Amino acid sequence: MGSRMVDLRERRLEAAAKEASPAIHCVELTKRYGSTLALAGLTMTVPRGEVFGFLGPNGAGKTTAVKLLLGLVPATSGEGWVLGQRLGDVDARQRIGYLPELFRYQPWLSGREVMALHCRLARLPRSVWSEEIAAALSLVGLEERADDRIRTYSKGMQQRLGLGVALLGAPELVFLDEPTSALDPVGRHQVRQIIYRLRERGTTVFLNSHMLTELEMVCDRVAMVDRGRVIATGTLDQLLSGNACRIRVSGLDLGQRRSLARFGDLDDDGEAITVRGLGPERVPELVAEIVGMGGRVYAVEPRHQSLEDRFLELLREG
Amino acid sequence: MPSGRTVLTFAGLTVREASRRRLLVAVAILTLIVIVGTGWGFAQLRSPTIDHGHPLSQLTLTVAAAQMLIVVAFLFAGVLALIAVLVAAGSISGDIESHLALALLARPVRRSELLLGKWLGMATVLVAYAVVSGTLELVAVDVATGYVPPHPVQLIGYVAALGLNLLTLTLLLSTRLAGMTAGIIPIVCYFMAWIGGIVGGVGQALGNNALMAAATVTKILLPTDGLWRGAVYAMEPAAIIATVRSAGAFAAANPFSAAYPPATAFLVWAVIWFAAILALALWSMRTREI
Repeated sequence: MGSRMVDLRERRLEAAAKEASPAIHCVELTKRYGSTLALAGLTMTVPRGEVFGFLGPNGAGKTTAVKLLLGLVPATSGEGWVLGQRLGDVDARQRIGYLPELFRYQPWLSGREVMALHCRLARLPRSVWSEEIAAALSLVGLEERADDRIRTYSKGMQQRLGLGVALLGAPELVFLDEPTSALDPVGRHQVRQIIYRLRERGTTVFLNSHMLTELEMVCDRVAMVDRGRVIATGTLDQLLSGNACRIRVSGLDLGQRRSLARFGDLDDDGEAITVRGLGPERVPELVAEIVGMGGRVYAVEPRHQSLEDRFLELLREG
Repeated sequence: MPSGRTVLTFAGLTVREASRRRLLVAVAILTLIVIVGTGWGFAQLRSPTIDHGHPLSQLTLTVAAAQMLIVVAFLFAGVLALIAVLVAAGSISGDIESHLALALLARPVRRSELLLGKWLGMATVLVAYAVVSGTLELVAVDVATGYVPPHPVQLIGYVAALGLNLLTLTLLLSTRLAGMTAGIIPIVCYFMAWIGGIVGGVGQALGNNALMAAATVTKILLPTDGLWRGAVYAMEPAAIIATVRSAGAFAAANPFSAAYPPATAFLVWAVIWFAAILALALWSMRTREI
């Protein structure tokens, strides 16, 4: 009796630990393919319920990272946990959805049949299949073509189907690898809406993309990767070094122009001066200073640093 | 441990693919044409015009029917071998190249379950084909000539085993090689094993140990020819066996004859070979990058 109680308590503690564990946690995860280093020491933590953007140029190691996290390929070194389970744990995949970047479903099956196959593989109870499939088809707008063979689908429709398949069974964690690459602007908008909905219901979304504006719109946090390494990670506010102001000005000598450095980092191209890290509240002060020194101001353009600017800046620094 | 349920899911999917891709229909139609055509050929043995109007004696009819059946069975075994190779060659490599496997393996699925499921699905199609087409052909021969080979079940069993061996070898190759390469290698090996059997017979007839050793090596590397000889023996009536035995070592070079059934040691080896190749395929699948 006593040992059973201890056993139960241990099981509860274990369950609680799993509940409290982050969606993804990995330490120094490295993958080599022969002499090619595809991922060089990935260390990161993704809390549950977050939309996490994984951003990098083509060939940076994004897809490799997802394959490692899903346990599809073994890591050369390092370790990691997904939903509280070690990488490669087969049962953990029951709670994970995955939309691969390049993928194909059985062209000789219909969309509905592919979804039924994935319901079966995801070990969903048969009683919920039809409800799950109907919900997924409606979410991605494929109800009308659900019974057609996939070989007749356009690329965009296949992408929608992939997204629907990834969301079957309300997974706790969803990996979306370039989910909008084959979609038109309307499709992209719909994917964003789906991601917002996933966030509302507490699903963790790991979004792999090189489409920076897209990540900027939906992600809570972003990791930037280049050549297999994370070069920056944080919330968008933390990553973007804030605002900047571009001023077209004349009538200032070199010394006067340099003196403006007290407002922020200067980028002087001769015609205009860009001051980085300058909040909008200080713009009038900067203009007054320039005018006070005898400068003539032609234009003041407040600028917000985009993820793209920051990413390119980091790549240059790297 | 692979889950039986998931293995069966993949097996069912494989059978459904064969059906949806019209492989089953195409093979069924061609097989029926072959059975009707050969049935007509066998019926000619009883034609009133044969042998200048003299009906064949029962012995001649039996021997002629048995010889013709062996050649037709060779055709069926060849077709079965080709089906096994063509179906299995791209089954794993194709799915990995097209990234179809990625979406499947991201589910709570082991690679071994995918491989075993595909093997089971293809093996089911293959064995079903061997049983159905073999039975229909034997019925056609019986109706046309009244001849039934002495061991029909063993005959179908040997031919099916031959197909399963090639299927498993091709599946192993498909875990690492592109479809075309994974398909060509077993076909070449199949014919080399067949020729190896003939070379061994020539060696036996001429008392050449080197040729006999070479034949033994090919038989160990790929037991398909040994299984084929088992099928031949199952089709031979007593009259043919007696003739072959009396011909001594010289008859061994004929790939359409067998004086004795396969040795038990060889059959045990064929089972070990099959299990080893399947185990190797599982290991290869588990360790490959996708």
